[in-house]
Amino acid sequence: MGIKISQLKKTFQTKEIKRNVIRDLSLEIQAGDFVSIIGPSGCGKSTILRLIAGLEEKTSGELSLSDSNARMSFVFQDANLMAWRTVYENVALPFELDESLKSITDKDALILETLKKVGLDHVVEAFPHQLSGGMKMRVSLARALVSRPQLLLMDEPFSALDEPTRFKMQEQLRELYLKENMTVIFVTHSVFEAAFLSNRVIALNGPGEATDIRLDESLAELPKVRPDSLRTSPELNKIAERLRVHGVQS
Amino acid sequence: MKRTWPALATLVILTAVLELIGQKAWINPSLLPPPSMVLQNLIEQASDFKTAFTETMMNVLIGYILSIIAGTLIAFVFSLSDLLKRAILPFAIFFQTVPIIAIAPLLVIYFGFGAPTVIASSFFVSLFPIIAGTLLGLESADSSKLDLFKIYGASSWQVLIKLRLPSAASHIYGGLKVSAGLAIIGAIAGEFVGGGGLGAMIDAARTQQKVETVFACLLLLSLMGLMLMAVLGLCHQLINRFRPYFRT
Repeated sequence: MGIKISQLKKTFQTKEIKRNVIRDLSLEIQAGDFVSIIGPSGCGKSTILRLIAGLEEKTSGELSLSDSNARMSFVFQDANLMAWRTVYENVALPFELDESLKSITDKDALILETLKKVGLDHVVEAFPHQLSGGMKMRVSLARALVSRPQLLLMDEPFSALDEPTRFKMQEQLRELYLKENMTVIFVTHSVFEAAFLSNRVIALNGPGEATDIRLDESLAELPKVRPDSLRTSPELNKIAERLRVHGVQS
Repeated sequence: MKRTWPALATLVILTAVLELIGQKAWINPSLLPPPSMVLQNLIEQASDFKTAFTETMMNVLIGYILSIIAGTLIAFVFSLSDLLKRAILPFAIFFQTVPIIAIAPLLVIYFGFGAPTVIASSFFVSLFPIIAGTLLGLESADSSKLDLFKIYGASSWQVLIKLRLPSAASHIYGGLKVSAGLAIIGAIAGEFVGGGGLGAMIDAARTQQKVETVFACLLLLSLMGLMLMAVLGLCHQLINRFRPYFRT
């Protein structure tokens, strides 16, 4: 699913202060893109995701989805699991809430299949407090993927994880992205994470300063499925260097 | 046992000290009777105490259960309608500040002598903490979880039942604990004016200067409070064993 953003503006206003978080942002995201949004804290990365998800109202400008009925999922920085629900029940939540998913008949099979994809089919009856941080994040990912979304929005989902778990999750996400054929918008602080995962990076350096960096040419040198060994490769370092040249310092 | 022995030790020491004070008449036993005298009074009037205890307990339970039902429903409505909450909650807070002993005579006029007044008194006193605890819990649901429900297009009812209510479990439990004690206070205040139960027994003993009977009633009221707390604690443990509602 594609997204078109034109002259988008978002201002947060309180009695005391008025803050322009996004100003005159224009960009187009193609269906099937894996776009990373990168930039320093407070530059509006998460706000863009929240605007796309409909969690915030834009101040002015245009933001349109190529298919307004398309399924969308959101993965938050925190796993955001319901402590009183088992892993299975947490993943089943979209089916209970989303009216458009009510007609799906083989929900049980879908849930188990998705849990298998993220490697959690052995803990379906566990509660969140019985899981590690990485496992919780995988449950969150499974919940987002179970509805087969055409658009997956991810807000620094791996930032709280330790490095080995983060690397594993990045590889798993990349694999799932290739299998599921969806559009992914991924907010991150890490240049290397953006370089490893995406085929396009939007670098935000302030309310009106967005640099659209297409990595497609460089990525042509990278395999589609990206193994762990790629992290130390000169190709990936070259891409990260390119991002830095464009002023991405985070 | 490891957790309870300090409390048991305090009880034993306190009882021994009170007994010693009473036996040596350091304080007049007609003002502070020794525990043995209270116990003897309990045994001698066992039948009266049993009847009064049962009557008060029944009234407390009915008032408390009614306040749980009404308080939870009111909190539900307030959480669904901000307008209603802003229109009514300030008056509920105001009502809460009026001492029950000042309202109790009115309850006798409205409900007559006996159980209805006692139940109403117990109900009114224990209602507010349940509304406050439940409402606070319902409104303290995590904002990112609320965002998640919004993304999936959840209805207000789904948000209430599947997110706000389970998230509120700890707050609700806190409100129930506070209200359990207040339900007993309300019932006793009601019995002072409406008659019956341990409240009326205390009142009668006061007029006859039977301090040991007053202390025996106080002992039974403490026991009633402990029983209610124990039941609540047991429910808490049972629920937590099957569903970790009290984890955040």
